[in-house]
Amino acid sequence: MASTYSQIMAEKSSIFDMIGPVMIGPSSSHTAGVVRIARAALKLLGDIPEEAEITFYNSFARTYEGHSSDRAVIGGLMDFKTDDKRIKNSLDLAGEFGLSYKFKSVGNASTMHPNTIRLVLKKGEKQIEVLGESKGGGIINIAEVNGFKADFTANLHTLIIFADDVKGSIAFIANILAHDECNIATMSVSRKGKNDLACQVIEMDSGIKGVTLAYLESLSWVKQIIYIPDIDK
Amino acid sequence: MSFLFESFADWKKHAEEKNISLHEVVLEYEREQKGRNKEQIMEGLARAWEVMKDAVHTGLTEEMTSRSGMINNGAKKVYNYPTPVLSKEFQNLISRALAAKEVNSCMGRVVAAPTAGASGIMPGVLVTLQEIHKIDDQKILEAMLLAAGIALIMEQRASISGAVGGCQAETGTAAAMGSGAIVYCLGGNTDQIFNAVAITVQCMLGLVCDPVAGLVEIPCVVRNASAAAIANSSAQIGLANVSSVIPVDEVIEAMGEIGASMETRYKETALGGLAATKTGQAIAKRVLIRDIEILPDEKS
Ligand code: SF4
Repeated sequence: MASTYSQIMAEKSSIFDMIGPVMIGPSSSHTAGVVRIARAALKLLGDIPEEAEITFYNSFARTYEGHSSDRAVIGGLMDFKTDDKRIKNSLDLAGEFGLSYKFKSVGNASTMHPNTIRLVLKKGEKQIEVLGESKGGGIINIAEVNGFKADFTANLHTLIIFADDVKGSIAFIANILAHDECNIATMSVSRKGKNDLACQVIEMDSGIKGVTLAYLESLSWVKQIIYIPDIDK
Repeated sequence: MSFLFESFADWKKHAEEKNISLHEVVLEYEREQKGRNKEQIMEGLARAWEVMKDAVHTGLTEEMTSRSGMINNGAKKVYNYPTPVLSKEFQNLISRALAAKEVNSCMGRVVAAPTAGASGIMPGVLVTLQEIHKIDDQKILEAMLLAAGIALIMEQRASISGAVGGCQAETGTAAAMGSGAIVYCLGGNTDQIFNAVAITVQCMLGLVCDPVAGLVEIPCVVRNASAAAIANSSAQIGLANVSSVIPVDEVIEAMGEIGASMETRYKETALGGLAATKTGQAIAKRVLIRDIEILPDEKS
């Protein structure tokens, strides 16, 4: 399993990590990071949800109100960016966006990262469950998607492919992306059980062409593809 | 290969060898490491500068009460108080640093510099510097580049995060950035700039991170004011060629050593210092969520 987080950390910092980011306060891990987790979840669902159930774990469980992580998460779900001044009033604005939400706190989840959020989002028939970790400085890790281990940072362009566990499928997909001149930064596969669906998470340095995406979707063994372009744009 | 900001001594050497100024070395680094061109970089800095000025203005004009109630329009009170302790300029400096940081605590828009907790220091320092000395925007942006270079080294040799190195890492780094920026804008050379940075860090060493209830409010807001003051006092000393005696790289090393040996209760955990006081605990009880489902301990 590629550890995307350690790669990010090993990379040289930008001067805009020293003077920046421009963000809504108070804290990069409790506000900016949380907005980004919510934005990643929003892109996974594909739409602003009608219903959102949000669970704050561990250190987040007690402090989410004090740090306004509740406003951050709702703002992110309404597609507000990390520097959007409306985040402050996001709870009041949720009605206008047709979003109803519920918060829950759970402590002592010892296997989880201290700052973890679970989002269960619904829009019509669509539903998605995302587990996100806020790592500090606005850096995030999407640990799980629909119960599959995912582990991506959403800093890059991310492709999530749910597919039958066919032999050679990974090499096949890598090959197609190479033809689209996509540079793959990280790639990981997880499955829940033997012969079950496999979840492939591919992080790419650049975006993918519509035709390539359509071709991948047309493959018989591919069940679902979610493409998340840069979440900060 | 661009210079990688691993030490102040090498920064100086590199600049001298290439016959460019310190901030141009930072520009070269960002271009080569991040593939941004000069125009994009200057644009990014100009935007950050606008947000900083806007934060100062917002904090001095709009209602600033945090959700916990601990922050309650302090900057405006300081700004408007009839008796300046030293001078009107000093009063402005302090209230501006408070103002931008209060905006951060009250969910307004700020620039993390280097972190959100320290987001009042650079705005307070730079706005006041520009006003007193009529520094043009171009020079301010160059000073910001220089400040980013200072932070890049401190991040690698010590830390810029309270959770890792205590408050010295956060507000200390911001003060060092501000001090270097001041001396640069007032025409100081490399040695004068590095002296000011070293002296600033000497004054900030050992500061622990102990925010009440874990919120970035008390003591964070007032520490932004004190760090802005120290940035100025150290700039005054450094500018006059008074030596820090211990060279800047060694001072940063000391900061890293102190940060590494600091106990975890002093690293943003809200378990020690001010957070652990009687009143700090009572506030925590009031503002933290108590309706929590606690999972049984997992035995593995
Ligand atoms: S006390 Fe901690 S949270 Fe507050 S400014 Fe200092 S380092 Fe940041």
